[in-house]
Amino acid sequence: MSSLRARLFAILLLATGLIWLSAVAWIYLGSKREVEQVLDTRLQEAARMVGSLVGRVGNVGAAGAPVAFAPPGGYERQLSCQIWSLDGRMVARSSGAPERRLTDAPAGFSEREVDGETWRVFTVEDAEKGVRVMVGDRLGLRERLVADLIMGLVTPALLVVPLLGMLLWASLGRGLRPLRLMARDLARRDADDMSAIDAGRAPAEVRPLTDALNALFLKVEAARRHEREVTAFAAHELRTPLAGLKTQAQVAMAARDPDVAKAALGQILAAVDRTTRLVRQLLDAARLDAEADGPTVTEIDVGALVTETVESMRAPDGIVTVIDPALRGFTMRGDPESLRLAVRNLHENAVQHMRTGTVEWGRRQDGAGFYARDEGPGIPEEEIALVTTRFYRGRHRSDAGSGLGLTIAEAASRRSGARLRLRNRTDRSGLQAEIVWT
Amino acid sequence: MRILVVEDDPILSDGLRVGLSLCGATVDCVATCADADAALGTSPFAAVVLDLMLPDGSGLDVLRGLRRRGDRTPVVLLTARDAVADRIAGLDGGADDYLGKPFDLDELSARIRAVVRRAAGRATASLEHGGIRLDLGSLTVTVDGAQIPVSRREFMVLAALMERPSVLRSKAELEDRLYGWQEEIESNAVEVHVHNLRAKIGKHAIETVRGLGYRMRAPA
Repeated sequence: MSSLRARLFAILLLATGLIWLSAVAWIYLGSKREVEQVLDTRLQEAARMVGSLVGRVGNVGAAGAPVAFAPPGGYERQLSCQIWSLDGRMVARSSGAPERRLTDAPAGFSEREVDGETWRVFTVEDAEKGVRVMVGDRLGLRERLVADLIMGLVTPALLVVPLLGMLLWASLGRGLRPLRLMARDLARRDADDMSAIDAGRAPAEVRPLTDALNALFLKVEAARRHEREVTAFAAHELRTPLAGLKTQAQVAMAARDPDVAKAALGQILAAVDRTTRLVRQLLDAARLDAEADGPTVTEIDVGALVTETVESMRAPDGIVTVIDPALRGFTMRGDPESLRLAVRNLHENAVQHMRTGTVEWGRRQDGAGFYARDEGPGIPEEEIALVTTRFYRGRHRSDAGSGLGLTIAEAASRRSGARLRLRNRTDRSGLQAEIVWT
Repeated sequence: MRILVVEDDPILSDGLRVGLSLCGATVDCVATCADADAALGTSPFAAVVLDLMLPDGSGLDVLRGLRRRGDRTPVVLLTARDAVADRIAGLDGGADDYLGKPFDLDELSARIRAVVRRAAGRATASLEHGGIRLDLGSLTVTVDGAQIPVSRREFMVLAALMERPSVLRSKAELEDRLYGWQEEIESNAVEVHVHNLRAKIGKHAIETVRGLGYRMRAPA
C-alpha cells in the first residue's frame, strides 16, 4: 500500500476489529455458561415446586385427561412440565408441552430430542406420591437468548464502526502532519536548492530519513560544485590557448617589423602544438572515463612497452632518456593501451618540467612495478594529493601543461590494475612517479 | 600609456605584450597574483588587464585588494568563464570591463582606451590642446589639420603631457609611463623625445620648467 495513512488506517481498523471480535467471543461463551447455569437452576426449582404441589397420584385429575397448568417462569411457553406416574402413565402436562415423554432418565438432568427439538430436562422422582416430575426447556431457545444478548451488544458496536473509522482517519492525518509538512517543504524546493532540511522540527521516527536526505544533499552539492569547477577549468584550459592563438595571429598581421611577425608566427606554432596535445589529452581522459567494457588484461612486456612509447616521442634538446636494463623482460599483467597512455603522460610530464636533465625509467627493487624519475623541481608536498585532480595545475606548472597528464596517468594505471604513486626524490630535486601493482 | 597584463599563459601573455605595444602602449607582464600585487604596489599603470584564473589564486582577489587600497586604476578582466553570473561577479568586484576568451586584440585595446578615458573623465578618444590634436585610437597627431608623423614614444610623451595640459610632468614620471621594467632607458631619452616633438609640432608647444619637468604651453 503506497499511502502510510491508508496502511495505518487499515491496520488499526483490523486490530480494533480483532479485539472486538475476541471480546464478543468471550462474552458469548461467558454469557452462555451463565445463562445455562441460571436456566438449569430454574429447571430444578420449577421441578421441585411442581413436585411439591402434586398430591397423590389418585388425586390428580381423571385418568386419560391430564391436567394442564401454567408453568412457572418469566418467559411464556419457555418451560414445559410433564408429570408421570411411576408406572409410566402421564398424569399431567403443562400447556404446550409435548405429549411424548421428555426423558427416560429417572432423576436429575438429561437431554433428549423430542419432536425435532433438543430438550434439557430436570426430573424429580417422588416415590411417596408415586410421581415423576419433569421440567424441561428447549436448547434452541437458550441459544436464542444468548444470541439476542450478543446482538444487543454487537449492533451498537457496528453502528459505531463508521464513527470510529472517521475518528481514526482524522487522528492519523493529524499524527502524520509533520511528515506532510516536510514533504510539502521538499516539493516546494527549487531544483538547485541543496540546503539542509530543518531536522529539529522532524519527529524522532523521521530523523533517520532527514539525516539521510541531508547527507545526500551535501553529496549532491559537492558533486555539483566539483562539476562546475571542472567545467570552469576546462573552459579556461581550452579558451586560453585559443585566445593566445588569436592574439598572436593578430600581432603577426599587424606587425610591420618582420622580426615581430616572425616571432608571433613561432608562438602560433607553439600554441598549435600545445592545443593539439590538450585535445589529445582531453580525448584520452574522456575515453578512460567512458570505457564501458573492461580492460583487456594480458601479459605485458613492460620494458618493451616503455622503450617503444618513449622512443616514439620526440625528445626536446637537452633532455636525455635512460631506460634501466633491469626493465628488459620485466612483465606484468595489465591493459596494454592504458599502460601505454600512462607511460606517455608520465614521460611528457617529466620532460615538461625540465629544461635539461635526464628522465630515467627503471624497475622497482621489489619488482612490484616501475618508475619514471626526472630532475625537475618536483611537487610541493602539500600538492601531491591534488595533482591528479583534473585540471589541477600546481605552483610548479609547466608552460605547456594542461593539468590533465597526471590525471590520465592515474586513471590509466588503475585500468591496468595498478596505482600511480608520486613522491619527491630525496637524493636531489625531482619527481619519482611509480606505477605499482598492489 | 603603461599597462599591466596579469596572465599566466605564456603565449597569450606574449601576444598581449607585443600586440598592445603595437597599439601604442607600454606593457608589463606578470603571471601570478603575488607578482600582480607587487607590481601594482610599486608602479603607476594606466590600466590593468587581469586574467581570472591564476596559478596562485583568483584574479578577483587581486582586484578586490586593489580596490580596498583605494586604487582606482581601471581594470579589464579576461576570462574563459563568461557566464552572466561570472560577469556580474567580476563587475561587482570592481572591474571596469570584461572580455571573454578568446577575444579580439583590437577590441581589447579599444576597451582599454575606453576605460582609461572614462577614468580620466574624458568623453572622446582624442586629446586637444591649442591646434594640436591626438587621436588615441589611430595614434595620429594633427597640428592645425595637417597630420604630423611621430614615433610611438614621441606620441606617448605628447599624450602624457596633453592629458592635463597645465600640469607639470617630471622626467621620472614620463620615463615611468614610457618604459616597462625590462626596457633599457637612456638617461636623456625623455629630453630627446621632447626635442624631436618640438621640431615637429612647434618650437614653443612644450614648455620646460627647469628642474621640475615639462608641460604644454597655454595657447596664446
